[in-house]
Amino acid sequence: MATSAPVHTEKMVGKAIRRREDPRLLTGNATYVDDMQMPGMYHACIVRSPHAAAKIKGIDITAAKAAEGVVAVFTGADTASIGPVPTGVSLPGMKVPAHKVLATDRVYYVGHAVAIVVATDKYLARDGADLVEVDYDPTQAVADPEKAVAPGAPLVHPEYENNVAFTYHQENGEVDKVFAEADVVVKQRIVSQRLIPTAMETRGVVADWKHGDAALTIYTSTQIPHLARTLLAGMLGMPEHKLRIVAPEVGGGFGSKLNVYGEEALLGFVSKQLRKPVKWIESRRENCAVTIHGRGHVDHLELAAKKDGTITGLKIHILSDLGAYHQLLTALIPQLSLLMVPGLYNFHTVRADITGVFTNCVPTDAYRGAGRPEATHVIERMVDMVSAELGLDPAELRVKNFPRPEDFPFQTATGLVYDSGNYEWPLRQALATVAYEDLKKEQTAARAAGRLFGIGISTYGEICAMGPSPAMPAGGWESATVKVEPSGVVTVLTGSSPHGQGEETTFAQITADALGVGVDDVAVLHGDTSVVQYGIGTFGSRATAVGGAALWYALQEVRAKMKRFAEMLLDSDDVDLVGSNWVCNKTGRTVSVVEIAGAAYGAKRLPQGVDPGLVATRFWEPTNFAYPFGAHIAVTEVDRETGTIKILRYVAVDDCGNIINPLLVAGQVHGGIVQALGQAIYEHAVYDDDGQLLSGELMDYAIPRARMVPWMECSHTTTPSPVNPLGVKGVGEAGTIGCSPALVNSVTDALRPLGIRHVDMPMTPQRIWKMIQEAQA
Amino acid sequence: MKRTITVTVNGQRHSADVEPRLLLVHLLRDQLGLTGTHIGCETSLCGACTVELDGRTVKSCAMFAVQADGSDILTIEGLAVDGKMHPMQEAFWNEHGLQCGFCTPGMVMSCRQLLKDIPDPTDHEIREAIDGNLCRCTGYQHIVNAVKAAAAAGAR
Repeated sequence: MATSAPVHTEKMVGKAIRRREDPRLLTGNATYVDDMQMPGMYHACIVRSPHAAAKIKGIDITAAKAAEGVVAVFTGADTASIGPVPTGVSLPGMKVPAHKVLATDRVYYVGHAVAIVVATDKYLARDGADLVEVDYDPTQAVADPEKAVAPGAPLVHPEYENNVAFTYHQENGEVDKVFAEADVVVKQRIVSQRLIPTAMETRGVVADWKHGDAALTIYTSTQIPHLARTLLAGMLGMPEHKLRIVAPEVGGGFGSKLNVYGEEALLGFVSKQLRKPVKWIESRRENCAVTIHGRGHVDHLELAAKKDGTITGLKIHILSDLGAYHQLLTALIPQLSLLMVPGLYNFHTVRADITGVFTNCVPTDAYRGAGRPEATHVIERMVDMVSAELGLDPAELRVKNFPRPEDFPFQTATGLVYDSGNYEWPLRQALATVAYEDLKKEQTAARAAGRLFGIGISTYGEICAMGPSPAMPAGGWESATVKVEPSGVVTVLTGSSPHGQGEETTFAQITADALGVGVDDVAVLHGDTSVVQYGIGTFGSRATAVGGAALWYALQEVRAKMKRFAEMLLDSDDVDLVGSNWVCNKTGRTVSVVEIAGAAYGAKRLPQGVDPGLVATRFWEPTNFAYPFGAHIAVTEVDRETGTIKILRYVAVDDCGNIINPLLVAGQVHGGIVQALGQAIYEHAVYDDDGQLLSGELMDYAIPRARMVPWMECSHTTTPSPVNPLGVKGVGEAGTIGCSPALVNSVTDALRPLGIRHVDMPMTPQRIWKMIQEAQA
Repeated sequence: MKRTITVTVNGQRHSADVEPRLLLVHLLRDQLGLTGTHIGCETSLCGACTVELDGRTVKSCAMFAVQADGSDILTIEGLAVDGKMHPMQEAFWNEHGLQCGFCTPGMVMSCRQLLKDIPDPTDHEIREAIDGNLCRCTGYQHIVNAVKAAAAAGAR
């Protein structure tokens, strides 16, 4: 059986191929939510509260309803049938205020949705929104988590006796004894400030109710179309199979679209009421004010150690600024911080507490790293402080406290089991890259000349590949379907829903190797609940480590079935896939993938006990998370006169297990580092005492621009994960987790000769300049 | 009151009746159906809406359609010739200069303008040139690589 099919012998996994999704993105041919046009489509604009805390005394929609082009106005009274915005987290005794899609009697933060105006044109919808008269009676707000827990603080939710939404405690080992016996205990208050995720595409929704079918399609810029379908069906009180969610091209998420928002249900409701497609596109100002924020921690830490640098115990209290409500995962994020706060260190005594507090601010939730940047930041700051206190080298102190490669799987102080690791490896590689010993001499010389020159090390670990279902609010598995079509090309359906990560390429690479087809013979479909079997989504560095693993298992099934057909067609039980052909090892005869596909669907003859077709679906449940790690080093110089920071070098050595596509991994690392650099130096969601968001536009909220970013020197070590068959660990959040402590440790090191021992983020010139002035005074 | 304007976009002449307050970006996207030009901030800070107008890049969210009357506009859809990408697009593809793709059309337009002004820019000049274009995904490093690759390939 000769074949004319191309022979794909080159292994695609591990190869830096360019992305297959790019041509549409580069030519203006992609379809984001706002690019959708439908016949008769209406446009919506949402009326939002200008106050952080106020009673609503009345809403007058008369003028708005009479305005040109306005077809309808809905207020909270009209939308009472829509269920509350869901939270996926429950803790004993946790206060969960009812979170309606439109406020009725009170507003709780600036931007709180009060009414929706629908018009024939988006300009007219905005005009109409301006005519909605809301009579507010402002009350005292509290926008600072420390002030919110103080006695006598204004109550965010007057029905509760205080602003504490929940507390959580976890302890391991003999904490008091360990601290009493410590040679040194360092203490510090550390802030991980509120951040605005700022995906370049804001959120947007098009809802399209088909009355004849009693069916609704919601096109929404989301990371979790499948979970959104289940939850939105519940909110709207409609059967799940009549609701289709489509995540079309999604212009960045970073966790901010790992959520279910009131607007998604509201637009579905409005479309159903009006029996027309309706579009709502979030403005940038709305995105800053009402899409979830990230971080928002004030942490108090104590780290105990012996004179030789052995870390013995940790105490942490996390004050987590939840905002006014629970969004999907709000209360989970500080728990992730708590779990990861032991970092990469081999100590087993910890006392950890969380106080989750309501404020009159937009809710916080998952933002790239989601709890882990906060954890890494504080432990890496504390380890540096212990080094400084004991006069030990911060690199060697870290190495001294790492578990050894033979200690894995390694159980941490907070009960996690790290899958595999060799923590010294990336650190040594990073130290070699910066020529650490020479660098220290350079620093000594610089200091002697009066320059503020700093070296900052961060060794981080992260909990990724989320995750085993018992440890997750929803399922933690992922799904994949592999369909070898009758012509031999392949369609892959993944429950992951990428939004820039490039799974249309990496999943095609995995498929190509498994089935002996070309990468261009594989189509990877995602993000449409009417096309793809149920899935979980893309977040928590899980798409490849869980979704890719599900794909791998589905591929094995299809491959095994192809083998049965090859055996039949070659009349042999000794066949192997070589390139794109199955070969009989005895006769050398071959049969191509294309011929096998034809035989499987033609079904003129079938192997014993084998059904026609070449399709497999796998739902794969991981047994553990995966734990990537790495070492970042930042070399900085601070300008004494202006307080500005110059990043002289930035070196990142990341270990994310096996790599499917090095080009895409580099992109993930770069982007993550720069987001953390934003937190370290520039970004801060600032609320004033009245709960007004002062950084509510890109004019005031400073995400990094190209000239603010140093050249990043990136490399890898490779320690495969034993948890999944691909050996991958996840890389989407590595940079965001590793970077901020490296920069802050570096700047703190630069300022050390002035007696400064800690700097909080963002390290703006103003803050640094002020600290220098105070230190010199 | 609507006004009739005429614009040439990607070589094609269009007449349109527009409200004086209509932004150029909405004319392009909603009336002419050229949705490759994106809106990221509506305040001219992010650059996703960058197009070329009479040979120079402008932010189409910060300009009224009536101001573009009589002008010649090039958008991301008009860069490829006979189905072949512009070398800058090709370079972004090769160097992985994009992830979610939302900033990409504006970024490509700005980078193309740079090479028209400075055919062989330094890293610093590249970073300065895209100061008005925000990208939240890439960390800019691969974009810098893409511009250098395009310059080396003689792109203008």
